[in-house]
Amino acid sequence: MAKIQVQTTINGETFDYLCDGQQSLLSVLRDELGLTGTKEGCSTGDCGACSITLDGQLVPSCLVLAAEAQGREIGTVEGVSSATGLHPIQQKFLEHAALQCGVCTPGLIVATRALLLKNPNPTEAEARYYLAGNLCRCTGYDKIIKAVLDAAASMRGESA
Amino acid sequence: MSNQNGSGSDRKFKVVGTRPIRHDGLDKVTGRANYGADLALPGMLQGAILRSPHAHARIKKLDVSKALAMPGVKAIVTSADFPEIGSGGMAAGESHIDPKDLQANIMARGKVLYHGHAVAAVAASTIEQAREACKMITVDYEVLKPVMTLAQALAKDAPILHEGRKAVGVPPLPEGDTNIMMRLANAKGDVDAAFKGADVVVEGWYEASMAHQGYIEPHATVVTTRENGQAEIWCSTQGPFAVKSMVAVTLQMDPNLIRVTPSEIGGGFGGKTTIYLEPVAVLLSRKARRPVKMVMSREEVFRATGPTSGTRIWAKLGVKKDGSFVAADTRMEFEAGGFAGSPMGAASMTLYAAYNIPNFRFEGLDIVVNRPKVAAYRAPGAPNAAYALETAIDELAQKLAIDPIDLRLKNAVKEGDVASYGPKYDRIGFIECLQAAKNHPQYKAPLGKNQGRGVGAGFWFNVGLQSSATVSINDDGSAVVRTGNPDIGGSRASMAITVAEELGIPVERVRPLVGDTDTVGYCDLTGGSRVTYATGMAVIEASKNVIEHLRARAATIWGCEVDAVEWRDGQAVGTNGASNNKPLSLADIAKQMAHTGGPIIASASVNPPAAGPGFGVHLCDIEVDPETGRSTVLRYLVVQDAGKAVHPSYVEGQFQGGAAQGIGWALWEEYLFDKDGKMENPGFLDYRMPVASDLPMIDTVVVEVPNPLHPYGVRGVGETPIVPPLATVGNAVSRAIGVRMHQLPMTPPRVLDAIETKKG
Amino acid sequence: MESVRYEAPNNVEAAVRLLAGENGAKVLSGGTDLIVQMRLMNRVPTVFVDVKRIPRLSALALDAKGLRSGAAVPAATLYGNETIRKLWPGLAEATDLIGSSQIQGRATWAGNLCNASPAADSVPALIACGATVVIAGPKGERRVPVEQVNVGPGKTSLAPGEFIVEFEIPAPAAHSSDAYQRLIPRSEMDIAVVGAAVALTLDAGGVVKAARVVLGAVAPTAILVPDAAAALVGSKCEDAALERAGQAATAAAKPIDDRRGTVAYRKKIAAVLTRRVAKIAYDRARAR
Repeated sequence: MAKIQVQTTINGETFDYLCDGQQSLLSVLRDELGLTGTKEGCSTGDCGACSITLDGQLVPSCLVLAAEAQGREIGTVEGVSSATGLHPIQQKFLEHAALQCGVCTPGLIVATRALLLKNPNPTEAEARYYLAGNLCRCTGYDKIIKAVLDAAASMRGESA
Repeated sequence: MSNQNGSGSDRKFKVVGTRPIRHDGLDKVTGRANYGADLALPGMLQGAILRSPHAHARIKKLDVSKALAMPGVKAIVTSADFPEIGSGGMAAGESHIDPKDLQANIMARGKVLYHGHAVAAVAASTIEQAREACKMITVDYEVLKPVMTLAQALAKDAPILHEGRKAVGVPPLPEGDTNIMMRLANAKGDVDAAFKGADVVVEGWYEASMAHQGYIEPHATVVTTRENGQAEIWCSTQGPFAVKSMVAVTLQMDPNLIRVTPSEIGGGFGGKTTIYLEPVAVLLSRKARRPVKMVMSREEVFRATGPTSGTRIWAKLGVKKDGSFVAADTRMEFEAGGFAGSPMGAASMTLYAAYNIPNFRFEGLDIVVNRPKVAAYRAPGAPNAAYALETAIDELAQKLAIDPIDLRLKNAVKEGDVASYGPKYDRIGFIECLQAAKNHPQYKAPLGKNQGRGVGAGFWFNVGLQSSATVSINDDGSAVVRTGNPDIGGSRASMAITVAEELGIPVERVRPLVGDTDTVGYCDLTGGSRVTYATGMAVIEASKNVIEHLRARAATIWGCEVDAVEWRDGQAVGTNGASNNKPLSLADIAKQMAHTGGPIIASASVNPPAAGPGFGVHLCDIEVDPETGRSTVLRYLVVQDAGKAVHPSYVEGQFQGGAAQGIGWALWEEYLFDKDGKMENPGFLDYRMPVASDLPMIDTVVVEVPNPLHPYGVRGVGETPIVPPLATVGNAVSRAIGVRMHQLPMTPPRVLDAIETKKG
Repeated sequence: MESVRYEAPNNVEAAVRLLAGENGAKVLSGGTDLIVQMRLMNRVPTVFVDVKRIPRLSALALDAKGLRSGAAVPAATLYGNETIRKLWPGLAEATDLIGSSQIQGRATWAGNLCNASPAADSVPALIACGATVVIAGPKGERRVPVEQVNVGPGKTSLAPGEFIVEFEIPAPAAHSSDAYQRLIPRSEMDIAVVGAAVALTLDAGGVVKAARVVLGAVAPTAILVPDAAAALVGSKCEDAALERAGQAATAAAKPIDDRRGTVAYRKKIAAVLTRRVAKIAYDRARAR
């Protein structure tokens, strides 16, 4: 069976790859393109570790077929920081000690970025519900939610 | 969050107790950090495991010939490829492992003992090919009746998991074939007489479900083998040296041939202190002469890696009217899974450890069932034991109409008391924790309708064990510290803080590294709440040894005796006769290393026999929907004695994370099996771990009663936080609904049943 | 494993041809059930027919007659639409309950409906709102009320080659509103143990003129409960009327025991949720 040829944009850069019809975008990102910042925790869309954006929409990359990405814009954790430094969300995660083992962190950073684009001033409850699909087993979420709310304030230009 | 200082160490710290950004953080927020599944090697094959579809069966025939002929298949391994080994004991952190069982858990030999038990493994060019080939392996099973519950395992006519194996431990032991693998028992005083003299006695059965550690990163390994027999193992583990010795024993290899490099670890909580994939990958790699990668699916993690024991514990506790405990009696039944080795021993150590009980007795049974073999999970066994005892204490408080914290204060252990498990307590902080909880605003916050407040306490002994560390100085005056403990939650930062404190340099000038088994000295595993305590002590010693070098170098530069040089605030300072010299900073000395004797490097190793126990007190406020039985956690507080918090943010993080796991275990998490013994919920959808919207902020109070065994007063903090929540949450629910709950998890149907039973 | 083909037609006719051409063809919109089932249950299609590149399936049109929504519009977009949230608050909240934020970036009403789980959150709410689906197939297009699509767990009334193109939801009448709630052990990420949707239309005096009560997860499909609706009609959703509606819900519920709930528990909760949801819908309708 012939492979499917796909051209897509990842973090602003054009990529070409070949994939199988049933192959997930997560598998292509990690195994074919070496973008291992996106993590695999369950493969069933229940843990959020593989969160990416697809045309700006937050999605679990384990439940996106690689073939679907043709002509789309993908955003992964590798594209969150810039040449000028860390994104405020990343900086606040560090300052608030919002990670322990760190394996859920890339998914949380990508999801938080999607949240704050939609809702720059979330309440604690809104942040908790929006991020309910990002499992963290280490922190009890306390410091994560504080980091998210502080990042939001910082991005709005308010000092927390 | 707040800190409460006990009296004690008056050392003024400069770096210890601050909250620097962790050194490995940048790579973890940008996706650069490499976890178990992130490594790829040229020519690497993918491995997959065929797992048993039965909970209990004999393997009559296993035929891999069709699978071997499948496209892309390079190697197949079954139990026939593993050397036959005898029984015996090997230490594995907090528990002991029988190598024969360890091997048989990794690859079933003769019999499968749980649904998901590995029976064969395939390496192929792609993972799809490996999985397809697994389907072509034919296994002829003689299906046996599964033993799924403790009651089934103890029944007179119970099917026997391990025929011919005798129970060990304290007599009386069962005669003949049994599913009881071990019996422990101990007693003090005249328990029966003491109960007769008690004013109030409560007793009951308390049940907790089997629960999984739930780390987000599945087990993963990449193995390369060489023609000379060497094996290079990359894996996600809490203990690279433990992996080395366990692989050596299961494959009967010379350990010298094995090098283990720990990846970043995506959570472990005890579950990554043992091995599953590594020896299989070694055998596949040897046969295929290629590197082999193996990564578990989430379903495999649930079905085949270590949960912790489900338990049934009968407890009886008697008090005088004034609240003083007079007697306790307990029978603990622990599910071990398919092989012997539940944490019942640790449970029996911790059971009565927090209180002075003049007369006590316990019996503990390690019982095999056709469920996955349990592995360590954060303070293994202690949460189950505390669930029974701390619930009984809450019942007594209600019956006596005594404040539940006051009742605990009346009986709490303090310095000089003899612990129920033997040793005499040195300085400990249980009373300080109870008082801090009592004085916390949450304890006075008004409760509304259908709301209840639970109190619970917990104890964990913590461990010391062996650690080594090496500190080296760069020529710019910065430092590198190397240890062998995978950083599971911020320990690199603690190690760097320790070096910075000792050498008197900024923490950013210290680079903390985690080495592989060939590049660092031996370290026991990351577990037992031991890393900041024991490995931290090795780092202190190594830093002190570096300071000796620095003083000698300053003496050389100044042409004076070493005795005339002191190391003070990060500088060599001259005294008696050398005091005219301008102090030399670390950077000044480092710059001249080449001319004063060469590179500066020092190592140290420690093996502390004890660690200084940790105590915690939790408060939980809960609201129960009386029409549905659904619980909502409103407020939660963790108070714990940390001795001295090296990095307070990560101490609080341990408190909060442990509490969250305990809340999940109390309210939602459980292993569900169908009648054939097949796990029904092997995924995050139905194995319900807490999500962000399930929890409130988890408030913390870090009590600091210095541990006399550690130079800074540090106590391990990782495990104690999961000990109190089961009872704390249970007591909150019970008080909210006015009915005593005896079974976890307290799912909505169970709670609604209790409410309706009360209504009659 | 044979490699699965992937096709992304840009018009309905081409999609019908692909779907009618082979038994193993599967419609891919969000994939949140389809891809999981492929992985966990080994249900591997021969070809994925990705319908998201058909413009009509991603269109959203709102006018005085109501809503016309393409079948591939993801939950996040539907819930993110302020007008939908205002006109059908219950449907919006049900839509917002389908999985996590990530899942909502993919999941669709059509997928939720065609997966045919009795516990789907959006289905009771769609039925309560009187939604209709437009189905395309080899014989052309037909319109079917949502309640006629599911015929059992995992089973739909769609013929081979057919797929859902659009949802049509009539604009609510004056003094109308709806509500949806489900019971789950946690606060998020669970499958409904019981779900209940109620849509009500009141007269100017606040008396219920028309009601639709729908339960999820208590029968092989989501079920309309006419007796519960009848108990509400003519009332102002006073306690007695709510109590009768709840009893009717319990009576209509024919649940099973499974890992998520027992028969007895589900029957009780059906009443609790029916009462609560009816009251919310009533208060919303009064405020209109």
